[in-house]
Amino acid sequence: MRISQRRYADTLVLSPVGRLDHDSCDAFSEALKPLLEEARGGHPIVLDLSALEYVSSAGLRLLMLAGKQARSQGGRIVIAAMRPLVAEIFQISRFTMLFEIHPGVREALTAASPQAAAAFDRG
Amino acid sequence: MLIRFWGTRGSLPVALTWRDLRDRLARVLVAANGRGLDTVEKAQAFAEQQLGFPLRHTFGGHTSCVELEPPDAEPDEYFVCDMGSGARPFGEHVAARQAGRPATINVFMSHMHWDHIMGFPFFGPAYTHGNRIRIHGCHEALEHAFRRQQEPPSFPVPFSQLSAEVEFVHLAPGQVHRFPAFTVTPQPQHHSGDSYGFRFESHGKSVVYTTDSEHKLDDHSARQKIVEFFYQADLVIFDAMYSLADAVSVKADWGHSSNVVGVELCQAARVRKLALFHHEPANDDDAIERILRETRRLEELTREEQRLEVIAAYDGLEIEL
Repeated sequence: MRISQRRYADTLVLSPVGRLDHDSCDAFSEALKPLLEEARGGHPIVLDLSALEYVSSAGLRLLMLAGKQARSQGGRIVIAAMRPLVAEIFQISRFTMLFEIHPGVREALTAASPQAAAAFDRG
Repeated sequence: MLIRFWGTRGSLPVALTWRDLRDRLARVLVAANGRGLDTVEKAQAFAEQQLGFPLRHTFGGHTSCVELEPPDAEPDEYFVCDMGSGARPFGEHVAARQAGRPATINVFMSHMHWDHIMGFPFFGPAYTHGNRIRIHGCHEALEHAFRRQQEPPSFPVPFSQLSAEVEFVHLAPGQVHRFPAFTVTPQPQHHSGDSYGFRFESHGKSVVYTTDSEHKLDDHSARQKIVEFFYQADLVIFDAMYSLADAVSVKADWGHSSNVVGVELCQAARVRKLALFHHEPANDDDAIERILRETRRLEELTREEQRLEVIAAYDGLEIEL
């Protein structure tokens, strides 16, 4: 599974593309591992889910583990821009209780880091 | 095959409180205002047709006990999964139906945690001479668990004083066991102290009883085995005690599953009907109804070819397959 990435000041924005299900979760986990290192030292990560078409229970569990790892490294993961279907799955699975969720990447960056939001506005 | 649910609650029996009842009555009275319900019959029809399930009904509070009535069963023979507190009303049902005739009751035990055996000391047919109770299970300690809960100081009547003839029958996991009325296959499950699901097949119909089972989402081979175990079942009675978020985080390794995983496994196995079961005791009727609505919505969102019917089991529910 492809994860595109971009950086705004101290914040990494990760955008998984496609379906995060039982078939793709191992590849997603491998791809995510080195990127999570970015959370060391308190750097936030924004997960931009605008290109995520579907997430299964196994995928949600991976997101939960990623959030846990980020917190253990002093950072955090915030979620942004979920498609309606993915947002419903988050609600039904109660993953809305586990993550800070924002409607768009701009809002997530504002919550995560003022410098990152300023960098986003500068383009 | 007829399935009767005598107990559907997880972990601990619960009951409606006076506050629950008062609040429900208040909501019903408001809904009935101006309807001219001046007879019991009109009021019953209104309740049945106009009120939502959580207002006119309750999911109930007895712990696990599910009866199966296969079409070829002998008239005096019964089949039941687990002996939770629902075994007490099940015992009353057996006694009323038998009207003094001796019965044979076949019990299939998922495991021996307290909520699954607590009804046995209150199971009336165990105190009736001439009855035969055959308790089937895969655990070595099956008999010990039943005897121990009736030892002092836990219960006043020791197991040895039961009037019925009680026999313990070991079932080998993974093997098909043949009974005159059906076959049953036990399947090992992930739960503290192990638990076993049962797949019953009779006349081309199949029911899977799978409670107290945690599904490890990173274990692909275990998932595949469960999908094969559920494959094309007409009904899967599934432990949906927790939300997925709880099941994979704060309640990981507590041995239970979620509605979300139930839908995914049943869809992968092309199951026809999923019954949410082993309801969290902290959930009231409104909460269970909400979970049911959301589970149906998830099924709709993720459906590929075959529709999976989703229901929430309740004490007193009967399903004819």
